[in-house]
Amino acid sequence: MLIAVLSGLLFSLLYIPFGKYLKGRLAVVAALLPIGLFAYFCSFIPAVSAGNAQVFQYPWIPSMGVNLDFRLDGLSLLFSLLITGIGSLIFLYASAYLKGHPYLGRFYAYLCLFMAAMLGVVLSDNVLLLFVFWELTSISSFFLIGFNNDDAASRKNSLMALAVTGGGGFLLMGGLVLMGHLSGTYSIREMFASNEFLKAHALYPLILALVFMGAFTKSAQFPFHFWLPGAMKAPTPVSAYLHSATMVKAGIYLLARLYPVLGGTDWWTYPLIVVGGITMLYSAFHSIFRTDLKGILAYSTISALGILVFLIGIGTTQALLAAAVFILVHALYKASLFLTTGVIDHETGTRDVTKLSGLRLVLMPLAVAGLLAGLSSAGLPYTFGFIGKDLIYEATLNTGGAMPVILTSLAVITNILLLYAGLLAGLKPFTGSLPSSFADIHLPHWLMWTPPVLLALLGIAFGAFPALADTALLNPAAAAMINESIDSPLKIWHGFNLVLLLSGTTLVLGAVLYLMRKPSAASVTWMARFDHISPKHIMGRTVQYAAKSAAVYTKTLHNGYLRVYLLCIILFAIGLLAFRLFTGGPVQWTINELGPVTSYELIVAGILIGAMYLTVTTPSRLAAIAAIGVIGYCICLLFVFYSAPDLAMTQFTIDTLTVVLFVLVLFKLPPFLNFANRSVRIRDGVVATCFGAIISLIAIQVLNEPTDKTVSQYYGDNAYLLAKGKNVVNVILVDFRGMDTMFEIVVLSIAAIGVYSLLKLRLRASDKD
Amino acid sequence: MELVFVILIGVLYAGGIFMLLRRSMVRLLIGIALLGNGANLLIFLLGGITKGKPPVIGDAARVFTDIYADPIPQALILTAIVISFGLQAFAIVLLKRVYVLVNSDDLDDLNTPEEEDI
Repeated sequence: MLIAVLSGLLFSLLYIPFGKYLKGRLAVVAALLPIGLFAYFCSFIPAVSAGNAQVFQYPWIPSMGVNLDFRLDGLSLLFSLLITGIGSLIFLYASAYLKGHPYLGRFYAYLCLFMAAMLGVVLSDNVLLLFVFWELTSISSFFLIGFNNDDAASRKNSLMALAVTGGGGFLLMGGLVLMGHLSGTYSIREMFASNEFLKAHALYPLILALVFMGAFTKSAQFPFHFWLPGAMKAPTPVSAYLHSATMVKAGIYLLARLYPVLGGTDWWTYPLIVVGGITMLYSAFHSIFRTDLKGILAYSTISALGILVFLIGIGTTQALLAAAVFILVHALYKASLFLTTGVIDHETGTRDVTKLSGLRLVLMPLAVAGLLAGLSSAGLPYTFGFIGKDLIYEATLNTGGAMPVILTSLAVITNILLLYAGLLAGLKPFTGSLPSSFADIHLPHWLMWTPPVLLALLGIAFGAFPALADTALLNPAAAAMINESIDSPLKIWHGFNLVLLLSGTTLVLGAVLYLMRKPSAASVTWMARFDHISPKHIMGRTVQYAAKSAAVYTKTLHNGYLRVYLLCIILFAIGLLAFRLFTGGPVQWTINELGPVTSYELIVAGILIGAMYLTVTTPSRLAAIAAIGVIGYCICLLFVFYSAPDLAMTQFTIDTLTVVLFVLVLFKLPPFLNFANRSVRIRDGVVATCFGAIISLIAIQVLNEPTDKTVSQYYGDNAYLLAKGKNVVNVILVDFRGMDTMFEIVVLSIAAIGVYSLLKLRLRASDKD
Repeated sequence: MELVFVILIGVLYAGGIFMLLRRSMVRLLIGIALLGNGANLLIFLLGGITKGKPPVIGDAARVFTDIYADPIPQALILTAIVISFGLQAFAIVLLKRVYVLVNSDDLDDLNTPEEEDI
């Protein structure tokens, strides 16, 4: 199992060095991985449908409770089969679709990465592991949407998709960690036990909100739906795979997976019904105003995702079963329609539904696929879509209270609109007369038309013989959602009842709508008038505003004036030091053990302060330099008084050198210009005084603490015994810490080289600009 | 005497900070030098000051027989003085060079060419 999940990652790594060999026919080889995985997961069908969930455990970071725990139950199996099954067809399809593309190897690498990540999401039993894979799907989706990276719109849309799904993932992590923390385990399986506790906890609404945000962003629910139509910039196989059949259903998977842990309360039901309801109606409505085939499919996908959220929100056994069925129904017909669209786009060069017609004459097998998939999405009897739609109506009808009427009418309206959209995408391009410009179109390579046909046929097969999938796959999937077994075979014929009536109404009204209404560019522009209130634009404006305020903030802080930076740093340091000083205990104002003061020391101190006053106030550069020379000599005298002869000598030498250097180099410079006005000088004076005062206070606090003299003692005792030197300071520098001194010499040498080369550097005329 | 030291340290720090905040590059350098002196004096003070007892062992003795000033702060300050000289020497020459190039020691004059690049 571990190998099955991680093989995609491994292969995607292998494609980096070896991807360039994947050219021409050889590209088909890439499909062997998903096909093999599909077969592998098929082998689990008997065991899982018998109700035995398969658990695989591999230790990873046991100390943090993160293990590679994989669990294969009905729900996971349904998704795994979708991922690997549709994945196989997509891999085959892409080998023809992107034939000769220079980055085909890279494409397969992303696709493998995505497949592995997606399998990881649906198989992980550990929420943290699930989160890691969840983020990986977002990232691989980002790469795939931006696959045509020389197109600005692709780059923009991939960033938007990453921002939305990544932001949602961030919130989801909060929710998952909270869940794990409260229930004391990060294993979903073990969380089932503490579901009552979690639901009663005060943080339950917060957990739900966070988890919902993750699921809604991933599954493109209103108001986060806008990234999905943008994601259609990806190559069509990607749109079919990620953005209709699998990745966008990860949010649905998450909700379904967590239903036994968190679901069934009002907090769960109403947000999901409201958001799902709005999404399905809003985007179904949007889809009929599109003329771009992929746009139509994108919005109808969002709408279908809305239906799924809605069903999981209702949360009855019937609704969950309907959701399981609808996941499969939708994946089959939507992937088929996308792939058909891909061929049309590939062959005709346009996806504008108003321009496409009569293609049945040249692309016959695709017309079949489009028709069958369109019919399945329309929910005609004997298609799988029919069963799905019936189950949805049944689920909405059988909710308690006043809800059935509202929910059912919502579902009916959505389905009418979706039916229209399905027919528009599946039927419209193939009917009517063939324009002459499309006359010389020929059928593409068989790898491009068999996958959509196969998927569409499967939709019909499951519809005509629901027993193929119900007890083996769909019942266990729904059972996993409610955590108890279900046995209700799907039926085509329920007798004459309300559900059939509703189904019939949907069909008739949808067909009427299709016949009456022609898609046109005018309706697109009509819809565009409402763009400025759409969530996409609101988000766009928010981002712009954020960028603007960041720019203002940066300009304020990073304004190019050194003294402003310094002022900020110093003020902050004063604040921090003062805060610690005055809150860290009583502040002492005097020193406990004072040495005596002699008059000559006071005179030296007085000279130093006078020189400082001169330095700060003088307008003459030379006077200022002389004054710091005086300050240096005063300090030198202090060293002499207080038993530091070496320091005094060094200070004396260095100070003299500094002054000489200053004077030599700066002799010819004009006197200071006083740039600052009086108020600025006062402000700086106050800041500087505060800083000085704080340092003095700190010095007093430190002096009142006892100092540890062990190290000094050691040096003093051993200076002669070990190092044969009597001047302890010298011994420390050249013996005990000799290495430090050597590096100090190195630093000085580097500085000397710098000084020398700067002085010697001749100035060219061109440099003096 | 320690209080006198404390006051001197405060004055050195305050003067250094004040000079750092000026627009003139020469004053900036002077500020750095003053801060360096202040820091040296602070280390010297915090190590404990002892009058007239340098950490040098007498001619006849092999170990200290009397109390002596703490050698460690002195070793540290010695290093610091030398290093800050290296820094100042380099900075002074750099300043000279900048002055030759832009003909000003106003820090704000250094901003403009960079911003024109952007």
